[in-house]
Amino acid sequence: LKKNGKKPENNLGESEAVAAGESPLCDWSLLPQEILLHIFQYLPLLDRAYASQVCRGWNEAFHMPELWRCFEFELNQPASSYLKATHPDLIKQIIKRHSNHLQYVSFKVDSSTESAEAACDILSQLVNCSLKTLGLISTARPSFMEVPKSHFISALTVVFVNSKSLSSLKIDDTPVDDPSLKVLVANNSDTLKLLKMSSCPHVSPAGILCVADQCHGLRELALNYHLLSDELLLALSSEKHVHLEHLRIDVVSENPGQHFHTIKKSSWDAMVRHSPKFNLVMYFYLYENEFGPFFNDEIPITHLYFGRSVSKEVLGRVGLHCPRLVELVVCANGLRPLDEELIRIAKHCTQLSAIGLGECEVSCSAFVEFVKMCGRRLSQLSIMEEVLIPDHKYSLDEIHWEVSKHLGRVWFPDMMPTW
Amino acid sequence: MVVNSVHWFRKGLRLHDNPALQEALSGADTVRCVYILDPWFAGAANVGINRWRFLLESLEDLDNSLKKLNSRLFVVRGQPTEVFPRLFKEWNVTRLTFEYDPEPYGKERDGAIIKMAQEFGVETVVRNSHTLYNLDRIIEMNNNNPPLTFKRFQAIVSRLELPRRPLAPVSQQQMNRCLGKISDNHDQLYSIPSLEELGFRTEGLPPAVWRGGESEALDRLSRYLDKNVWVANTRVKTCSLYASPTGLSPYLRFGCLSCRVLYYNLREIYMKLCKRSSPPLSLYGQLLWREFFYTAATNNPNFDRMEGNPICVQIPWDQNPEALAKWAEGRTGFPWIDAIMTQLRQEGWIHHRARHAVACFLTRGDLWISWESGMKVFEELLLDADWSVNAGSWMWLSCSAFFQQFFHCYCPVGFGRRTDPSGDYIRRYIPILKDFPNRYIYEPWNAPESLQKAANCVVGVDYPKPMINHAEGSRLNIERMKQVYQQLSHYRGLSKYSSDLL
Repeated sequence: LKKNGKKPENNLGESEAVAAGESPLCDWSLLPQEILLHIFQYLPLLDRAYASQVCRGWNEAFHMPELWRCFEFELNQPASSYLKATHPDLIKQIIKRHSNHLQYVSFKVDSSTESAEAACDILSQLVNCSLKTLGLISTARPSFMEVPKSHFISALTVVFVNSKSLSSLKIDDTPVDDPSLKVLVANNSDTLKLLKMSSCPHVSPAGILCVADQCHGLRELALNYHLLSDELLLALSSEKHVHLEHLRIDVVSENPGQHFHTIKKSSWDAMVRHSPKFNLVMYFYLYENEFGPFFNDEIPITHLYFGRSVSKEVLGRVGLHCPRLVELVVCANGLRPLDEELIRIAKHCTQLSAIGLGECEVSCSAFVEFVKMCGRRLSQLSIMEEVLIPDHKYSLDEIHWEVSKHLGRVWFPDMMPTW
Repeated sequence: MVVNSVHWFRKGLRLHDNPALQEALSGADTVRCVYILDPWFAGAANVGINRWRFLLESLEDLDNSLKKLNSRLFVVRGQPTEVFPRLFKEWNVTRLTFEYDPEPYGKERDGAIIKMAQEFGVETVVRNSHTLYNLDRIIEMNNNNPPLTFKRFQAIVSRLELPRRPLAPVSQQQMNRCLGKISDNHDQLYSIPSLEELGFRTEGLPPAVWRGGESEALDRLSRYLDKNVWVANTRVKTCSLYASPTGLSPYLRFGCLSCRVLYYNLREIYMKLCKRSSPPLSLYGQLLWREFFYTAATNNPNFDRMEGNPICVQIPWDQNPEALAKWAEGRTGFPWIDAIMTQLRQEGWIHHRARHAVACFLTRGDLWISWESGMKVFEELLLDADWSVNAGSWMWLSCSAFFQQFFHCYCPVGFGRRTDPSGDYIRRYIPILKDFPNRYIYEPWNAPESLQKAANCVVGVDYPKPMINHAEGSRLNIERMKQVYQQLSHYRGLSKYSSDLL
């Protein structure tokens, strides 16, 4: 493909792509548009852009609406990122010629405020857009939080008001607030299916409740624990509401000794009755002594992640109260073996199929017992080598045979270089 | 025909198990051992004072050992491409020998030298003794690709024949048959430079914790074997964060100790004590990790960077020179991290758990800075950081390669506390914190102000505040890693929810 296609007229009076020795029988400029479209869809953007310079026909093909349904704006500054950015001229072109074709849009920004502001500027100009999905993704530090709140909100509101058929919205780590959520709901309540807004500190429980009350098609929701309430769960389990598929909750401690409210068992029960297959994903970033309000009653967690050290006692409670548990990750525990707790989890969490352990201790015998009890349902078993403590029954070298036997596949613990 | 040999030392700074040197001696009339060094280039290279000192001590040790055999070490200043033509002519060289260097840069450099030697009619003999095995063989046995998981690597290695047995040290007899004539002005022409000559200031420089050289290496080896007699029987979890008098990794890197000598010594002891015929691969832990990274790197000139490196996941790391400097200089405000970086800078070695902690903190755990930056700091300060092992380990620890699980994040407070509950390691390397009680020494910012004042160390004044909120940082970073990996998974069609994290 040449960057600057010249168009000499041939004796047919038509333009031809310049390619020396080209047979007139395969005239590339006569390819039907649908075929061109199909081919162009395989090309990365840059190659498509080069192709568009070859001749008028291909240039027109480049601008076909179907090629502009999805776009990912990459906004990076050389001083803060290694990644390339979407060319500003291309951005201008898109806004000018294609904003009404855009349907699935995401913005990837680096840690500089400049990039986040550039994203907001683009958003503000998407007036003719009827977006179905919008994702605001910070690839490093959450730079959207550095943008002046009003600037961000007004840009986001442009999309909410004009799109009217937003189905999927990812706005984690942004300064979105209750009023803007009201605008979202006012315009998109019939279509909203997915909302990810973890770590949005300006939203209150009332704000998110408004979303749950009005958006009855909501299937996936991600938020922080402080936004979770009994009312929210009941709203999500109301008759008018579709089955929820995925609820992700981040429990993050701002300061040591923070208090967290409790959710009633009855609220969780309502959720399970309404949406028996839903995934409840919880990420805990707490200090060990902040777990008081959690795991005292049955809770329908399916995916459980402990990002910091969690005590033996809490893991014991998990074994008792999480019957739906599918995946468990423990970053760290301490220097006392978790033998009993693991066995209890194997016994009561009959759906468990994935487990990850780091910086804990488990005796080899207990571990083999655990694997035996879980059997082949354990499709993911990611254990750091240093977790396993050899005992009178098994050494480290023997344990992988035993475990492999019970799993029905070859298994080894995860290793770290010891140079 | 007269055979005048030159043996070129680069790594492999030893007289024991040195097949290339043996080839230099074999049937030769004269032998000269050279080391080529460019002092002006030294200033520009990313090598800190401890690494230079170690190297110079190793060269001195070689020189001393050669003296005992009535020879000397010739340290020639300059670059190999200009030095060798000169030496070939001056000494009528007919044979050039050196130990095979499997690293991509080394292979390229050596290719050029071999070609040049051919033009001068000089025979080149290269022997492999820096690694246990022939790395190309391992690659061949893995469908012409280096194994990218350690278990796969071990599986292949277990099918290989044992490494070649180490050769005996060069003997007086061997040397007597081929003396190199040492000129009276040898010390003026070919002496080992001093640290000052390389541009370092040495006033107030504390003595080296790790003394360079083959003699020291062999001493340590015998002490190591004594001490580890019981290791063959039981696996004891020892984690001494402090420099061990039997630590061997810097000596393996510079080649002061032959990896095969270590291998066979371990094997012998195990077989004697355990009365079983074949030791498990886990016995050779350190040696095999080294071998693994060398194998992964040998055909990949881009092994030490993210861009253009086929095995490295492209992760949108942050660029933040200020944060990087705080980490490199031990000013993060997290005593565990700062103590480790201080030990590294002062002594040139840190325990592998400490490496995991600071590497995780810099990259995927907290600061989200590229592993390449960390690798360069280690290259400058760490005595045992060879190119392959350093780059490979950083990629491993930052979950950039080798299929690493990224769920496991080391907490800069908790991990330290669990590794050394006494807090003495912190007190030793960050003395300003020595009066903090154990409860707060890993997180001094949480100590009540009265306690800080009583300890004569107010956070924010005498010791930095923590540069990041770890819970926030690690939460964000896990999401970033997931974004990257989910895009990869997307191409392999993995389900969205199953293995949400694993």
